[in-house]
Amino acid sequence: MDSYLFSMTDSAVLCTRARIDPRGPRFGGAISTVVLAIALIAIGTPLGAALIAWQTLVFGLGAFAGLRAQPYGILFRTFISPRLPAPAELEDSAPPRFAQLVGFAFLAVALLSVLLGSVLISAIAVAFALGAAFLNAAFNFCLGCEVFLLVKRLARSS
Amino acid sequence: MTGVLVVLAVLILATVFGLWFRANNGRMRTADVHTAGADEHGGEILDAQAIGVVLGSRATLVQFSSAFCQPCRATRQILDQVSGMIDGVVHVDIDAEANLDLVRALDIRRTPTVVILDDAGRIRKRASGLPRKADVIAALGELE
Repeated sequence: MDSYLFSMTDSAVLCTRARIDPRGPRFGGAISTVVLAIALIAIGTPLGAALIAWQTLVFGLGAFAGLRAQPYGILFRTFISPRLPAPAELEDSAPPRFAQLVGFAFLAVALLSVLLGSVLISAIAVAFALGAAFLNAAFNFCLGCEVFLLVKRLARSS
Repeated sequence: MTGVLVVLAVLILATVFGLWFRANNGRMRTADVHTAGADEHGGEILDAQAIGVVLGSRATLVQFSSAFCQPCRATRQILDQVSGMIDGVVHVDIDAEANLDLVRALDIRRTPTVVILDDAGRIRKRASGLPRKADVIAALGELE
């Protein structure tokens, strides 16, 4: 996990990770909420499948290629952030990037279920992702960050 | 139609949870007196060896942090301010991931979690999530 934390293309010294505008991930969470809501309504149709595939790609890029490569982040930096006042404070990019990984996990299950023909499991996975994206956008609640320590605790101590 | 109802249900549930979370996040609580090894003041006892610093003569603010934690930095700033402001108060920031035994022993589930020890190292107060500065100061006042 550490190797991916430090793999960011930030040229700063080791231990200072990339810092980002905290409004970026919340903006992305809002778009994800809309996309996932439509996907859930259209579940079982080609549109629903396409939206699930698209959102899987979005979260995958955010988690594995970094927030700079995440489409909604690019949208925010290109069109939104130039019109806003400078952020009061920058935040560490590791928590929101971890949130992308959690979103990706839900969406990967959803996409796999679509491909295997299980609409119900797909709907449940999308519903969880929708709830998490909404909590992120509306309450700045990072589900992945909150459960991270619990997951670590449950893992057997070495 | 079912899809729309499911979406509404998810959003309503998430809103209820979000409001509950916002109301309780960072609230300072008096430590549970029923923990093992509790004395009349309640709570477990932590010594300098367990937390890696010499205890404050008045109180010790023990913060548990992790890498994937947005409010940990703000919590650190608040606790640093408080420990700089009040004599005999020490602040220590512990990496939860690197101290999982302690995390399990104290049943810490989220980061940041702040536990306040009195002069004898007894756990007296506890908050999960970003605490308010005034609440930390008030909790220190209740230790006497």
